[in-house]
Amino acid sequence: MLEPVILLTALINGLMFGAIYALVALGLTLIYGVLHIINFAHGALLMLAMYAVFLLFTQFQLDPYLALPVVVPGFFVLGYVLYRFLIGKLARGKDQNILLITLGLSVVLENGALFFFKADIQTLNLEYAYDMIEIGPALVTLPKAISFGASIVIGLALWALMAKTDLGKAIRAVAKERVGARLMGIDVDHIFAVSYGIGIACLGAAACLLMPSFYVTPTIGHVFVIIAFTTVVLGGMGSFVGALIGGFLIGITESFGGLFLGESLGQIGIPLIFVLILLFRPTGLFGGKA
Amino acid sequence: MMLEVQGLSKSFGGLQAVAQVSLAVPQEQIVSLIGPNGAGKTTLFAMVAGFLKPDAGEVRLSGKLVSGLKPHQVCDLGMVRTFQITQPFAKLSIRENIMIGAYHHTDQPRRAAERAEAVASQVGMKMNLDAPADDLTVAGRKRLELARALATQPKLLLLDEVMAGLNPSEVEEILKIIRGIRDSGVTIFLIEHVMQAVMSLSDYTYVLNNGQLIASGTPEQVAKDPHVVEAYLGHGAAARLTGGDRRA
Amino acid sequence: MRSVKLQTLGVGVVFLVALPWLLDSEFLIGFAVLVLYSATLGQSWNILGGYAGQFSFGSVLFFGTGAYTSSILHVTYGINPWIGLLVGVVMGMAVGAFVGFLSFRFGLRGSYFALITLAFAEAFRILANTVEFTGAGIGIYIPLRQEPANFQFTSQMGFYYVILAFFLISTYITLRLEHTRFGARLMAIRENEDAAEALGVNTFRHKMLAIMISGGIGAAGGTFYAQYYLYIDPYIAYGVEKSVEMLLVSIIGGMGTVFGPLVGAFALHSINEIARHYLEAPGMSLVVYGVILVLIIGFLPDGLIGLLKSKKKAGDDA
Repeated sequence: MLEPVILLTALINGLMFGAIYALVALGLTLIYGVLHIINFAHGALLMLAMYAVFLLFTQFQLDPYLALPVVVPGFFVLGYVLYRFLIGKLARGKDQNILLITLGLSVVLENGALFFFKADIQTLNLEYAYDMIEIGPALVTLPKAISFGASIVIGLALWALMAKTDLGKAIRAVAKERVGARLMGIDVDHIFAVSYGIGIACLGAAACLLMPSFYVTPTIGHVFVIIAFTTVVLGGMGSFVGALIGGFLIGITESFGGLFLGESLGQIGIPLIFVLILLFRPTGLFGGKA
Repeated sequence: MMLEVQGLSKSFGGLQAVAQVSLAVPQEQIVSLIGPNGAGKTTLFAMVAGFLKPDAGEVRLSGKLVSGLKPHQVCDLGMVRTFQITQPFAKLSIRENIMIGAYHHTDQPRRAAERAEAVASQVGMKMNLDAPADDLTVAGRKRLELARALATQPKLLLLDEVMAGLNPSEVEEILKIIRGIRDSGVTIFLIEHVMQAVMSLSDYTYVLNNGQLIASGTPEQVAKDPHVVEAYLGHGAAARLTGGDRRA
Repeated sequence: MRSVKLQTLGVGVVFLVALPWLLDSEFLIGFAVLVLYSATLGQSWNILGGYAGQFSFGSVLFFGTGAYTSSILHVTYGINPWIGLLVGVVMGMAVGAFVGFLSFRFGLRGSYFALITLAFAEAFRILANTVEFTGAGIGIYIPLRQEPANFQFTSQMGFYYVILAFFLISTYITLRLEHTRFGARLMAIRENEDAAEALGVNTFRHKMLAIMISGGIGAAGGTFYAQYYLYIDPYIAYGVEKSVEMLLVSIIGGMGTVFGPLVGAFALHSINEIARHYLEAPGMSLVVYGVILVLIIGFLPDGLIGLLKSKKKAGDDA
């Protein structure tokens, strides 16, 4: 049998990655919860953010953590503009159109990246990338520990934004009752674009936290898009708490999957969970009734 | 009896939408179910037509148990519904829309098209049948709902608020068409929010409020029933009003 | 009217049959092969997505299943690839039935159906990457033995006639959808599933048939790919790219139309060649596709073929 230390290490590693998944999924679930659309470009936009972090580091020697105040607002603006002037305009209110437009967007982004950056795997070589810290019996790299803590802080900040501010109130009003919100004088299109922007800003944050310990390729979005959708579906579409817990569960699943089933087959846990949840509990583990 | 509903109930979450409703629709009659908005009419219809699974109770069509069947199986047995919010096949032409109903009895496109045209004229659709259904006005859409359902050659037609949103002259026309359909031997069970519209049409009327039947009888009897007036106009209204047309 | 249409179709078929002699160039015939191959795959997507309205993001499931079935039968068991083709088509239909049964029985519609097909494709890719009999990550090399009896040809022309046959069969099936009750009912399901069900259409059964037909055609395309390139691996067979290509040609050309996939495939491969030879930027062609997809959804919901049709209509009216 496997030693407890190995299991514990796998668990902790799963939680560390799960925090990032949760952050990516938070953006997706926010977009779904407010706009009721499936943002298929989520993975590709994360890829774009990761390249942005990569370029800021290689061109301007900007540390990925210090890049947070640049990338996060930058991606908020990008998301806002994308929704306001492209997605929202062209979709004409049809769900499937949004799915296809965001798919088209991801095709453009991925192949654009392939053209500019080639298919090579790129990493940042940071001095502190392999600094270890001890968590109980397990050793964890510093960047993973930071990303874990930061993801939780950002998740809480997002929750506070939604629960405590006027903007959050407006967003929740629009999510619940868009016609009513419009009648009350809320600029619904603006709120939609803001929500999309916040969702994409989460990707900017995730990219900054990921890059010190991860790599980027033009197709990295494929990996994350399925993970993000699985997380969101698992937690219940539109549920914040669900996305957080879902992220951790997915991280752990992946970690244990790799441990017990091997590197290749271990990956099957995620699409399998996705299929099973969609079939048997489409409202997610923590979602209410459909 | 064409349709028998026995103790039908449905709740959503904690909310009882339909509670222990029993009613009957005799052959070749027009029976209506009226009630204020949110009374549970559409939920009841959805259960009768197989779109919703009832929590309890059963539905029989000509004595055959239909609750638990899928909508297309219910249609096979001769009961077909229309939708309150019209559901046209938007990108198909008007003719093609009606043909989907007509295909229920033939797999020949030519015969389905002929049947579609006949039904279209029966419901007074005189427009170009090759136009997309998307282009129809509200009144046109209501007729299309009717025509498609009729094209399946049902024994029993369930009409969900076919008069809502129509102007008085359009209502007059559709009343005539519905009577014509009944006279051709089809039994009709309809829901309507507006009482006056069904007064002259129905042989028998049931009144639903908060998910429960509160009255039934001929339209005249029902209109005089103080429970009904109160359900529509609020507590004490029966004393103050005699039931004038409040429709804007 | 109908006879004129039939005549046009007849001329089109004769033209396609004569095309290799007219082109008389390995390069151009090779180009035509690719167009017809993409159009066939597009037709697979079109029947399910364009006609029945079930947008799949994982149609590569059928492609990969066809490719693997014939290749494994051929390489591991020495079974002739023509027989492998038939078995592959059956397997493609079976995979369609499997995915369809689960998705439709549990009432998944719209975006959820798209996502679950994507997840199934991903699960298949991981399985193919892991298990022994698919050659795992290494893939399968099909030995070169260029004989027509072995589904391999010395020139493009042989492949051309095979893929032309696939294309014509798939297009004939699509054409029949326009003129039959089955097709009309699929379109009704696409436009409004509840209304179709209310009018007596067994929507589950119809969607099952649609996904199985789609699966069979997609699998034939997969076997063709394997025999044409003589190599298959999990990423080619079950990767996202092929799924996207299948829906791109259909949507860009015009989903829910008989010739949309052909028009889309021609447009796509033309852009591809231009990008490769004149711009020397092969990756850019997909960027262009993506932009076109977005523009088509925004401005031309009937695809390129809708553009041709509206022009023709304007001409007729004049």
